[in-house]
Amino acid sequence: MSRSASFLFTLVCFIFAGTNLAHAEFKVEISGVGITQIPIAVSEFRGQEASPQKISGIITADLERSGQFKSSPTGVLLDENSHPDFNTIKQNNIDAVLTGSITKLADGRFDIRYRLWDAVKTQDLGGQSFIAMAGDLRLVSHRIADQIYEKLTGDKGIFSTRITYVTKQNNRHMLWVADADGENAQAALTSPEPIISPCWAPNGNELAYVSFESRKPVVYVHDVGSGKRRVLANFKGSNSAPAWAPDGKTLAIALSRDGGTQIFILDAKGGEPRQITQSPSIDTEPVFSPDGSSIYFVSDRGGSPQIYRIPVSGGAAQRVTFSGTYNVSPALSLDGRWLSFVSRGANGYRVQLMDLSNDKVTSLTESSQDEKPSFAPNSKLIMYATKVSSREVLMTTTLDGKIGTRLAGQSANIREPHWGPFLKP
Amino acid sequence: MINGVCPVKKFIWSLLIVSLLAACASGVKLNDVPVEDKSGAKINNSQNKDADKASKSANSSSSSAGAGASSSSNAANNGNVGTATASNLPDAKQPTAAAPVNAPTAADAGMAGPANAAKVIYFDYDSYIVKPEFQAVIEAHAQFLKSSQRARVSLEGHTDERGSREYNLALGQKRADAVRQSLTLLGVSAAQIESVSFGEEKPAVAGSDEAAYAKNRRAEFFYK
Repeated sequence: MSRSASFLFTLVCFIFAGTNLAHAEFKVEISGVGITQIPIAVSEFRGQEASPQKISGIITADLERSGQFKSSPTGVLLDENSHPDFNTIKQNNIDAVLTGSITKLADGRFDIRYRLWDAVKTQDLGGQSFIAMAGDLRLVSHRIADQIYEKLTGDKGIFSTRITYVTKQNNRHMLWVADADGENAQAALTSPEPIISPCWAPNGNELAYVSFESRKPVVYVHDVGSGKRRVLANFKGSNSAPAWAPDGKTLAIALSRDGGTQIFILDAKGGEPRQITQSPSIDTEPVFSPDGSSIYFVSDRGGSPQIYRIPVSGGAAQRVTFSGTYNVSPALSLDGRWLSFVSRGANGYRVQLMDLSNDKVTSLTESSQDEKPSFAPNSKLIMYATKVSSREVLMTTTLDGKIGTRLAGQSANIREPHWGPFLKP
Repeated sequence: MINGVCPVKKFIWSLLIVSLLAACASGVKLNDVPVEDKSGAKINNSQNKDADKASKSANSSSSSAGAGASSSSNAANNGNVGTATASNLPDAKQPTAAAPVNAPTAADAGMAGPANAAKVIYFDYDSYIVKPEFQAVIEAHAQFLKSSQRARVSLEGHTDERGSREYNLALGQKRADAVRQSLTLLGVSAAQIESVSFGEEKPAVAGSDEAAYAKNRRAEFFYK
């Protein structure tokens, strides 16, 4: 009797705490109209009000950003040992329930535990516990979101991956590495001169980028763990548009050392580049196909910038985009199914998606100044830069264009996003 | 007469020295932070040779890989050493802090070059053709470069802000290359010229209208 009374008391407390915290943490902006989404009830993690991070809020934001989940609070506080009241839950058409807790240990670290339930089959889908320092609680939350995502959709989650981007505030240019939700950003480089085109090496430890700090575009490779960097390409003329081969051993790059901008392949350690395109036109923005056999790039050889494909081993370039007079910034999904790019049309510059199996193109956004699409490593989301009320921001979109979210975490103008690979567990 | 000339000469010399000093100093004292390439420059000894090389070449804009890049003057004086901070994630390495590298600044500009000749050439939308009205400017620079064999010029191409940054970089390169070609046609040695591009990254004028765009579609002469 007294036990159930105290339970009721706890319940009321956490309903209130829950709404407040959810409001404070939740920064994902859903701009699309819902589709088929998995309804999941997420409980506050027991003890999280006293922890530095609101674990359930981070997980909820992750799952919603994927476009594949619709979350609601459980109303009652449930930890990993609780048995949810499935009768009530089923009435609310909930398919899954997430429960958990976070406890501070004597040594200052935290013990985070969770359990996932299938509400339809009233089945325990398993859980895990993590020991982490305060600074790693966001990462742990993203890991939990990854596990839930994988369990419920069958695809690998991307919430614990990292992104890179550039900010510009007044004349200060900064290169950042951040979590996939835009939070936990750490500066890798600060410069009074522009930085563009950062991209992740497949190992997830290095970035290649273009810096103008020596009054010309020079390509650097930067180890984000040690902070060491080296000049990859500083040939006469402009050096730009680096893109790693899938094996990480070489990079494609645009050089103008012989006049005109052409595509070359360069060993990741440096050395003499091998010329891939030979045209009197502009050839730039190379990206490797996921199998490494060909390079997609932008060329104005046909009179307007279009996307082409050329075998790395040599041979003729084939035109890939045909509609419109300005198609640039190609990005390929790792599963090899999709090509994303930016197209200029009557409504401005918008992110496009081409299904490479049938060449069908759809427009994914309703904005007008989109730039630089980049795929999540699970090929399910695209991140891109755009302008909202003349401020540069980063957005994500699902591949059907229905769920768009704006990334939080920076007050400056944000641009040049690139989504990093899966990290090794 | 002698008494009259000397003070003027002295004055000119001191002006020169002051302006040189100012040019050097401005790399540090500008409100902008210098380039901090967080590359753990203090990690010491043999392992760090590469990082040292990298920041040196960043400073001097000469490259370990690069053919024929020119060196920019004063940057190497300004290198400070930053501190390294590492935060440990279970498996995700975070960026670390290190040595700031300084970029050449606008104060370095115009160290030489023909007197009374414009240093900017403007282009039409989507065009790389050097318009006839700028022929006199090209000729003045060609004359100067031919008579000063030691002079080195960077031709810096620029575009307006619309479209892809990398594609704009290539467009700006086309403009710089067009000016280079005009100069070499007039007999200037290719070894004296480097054409580079800033794309849309360094607009001359802020704004998103045609008036601003027209001022940003340009190539600039930068003597070093």
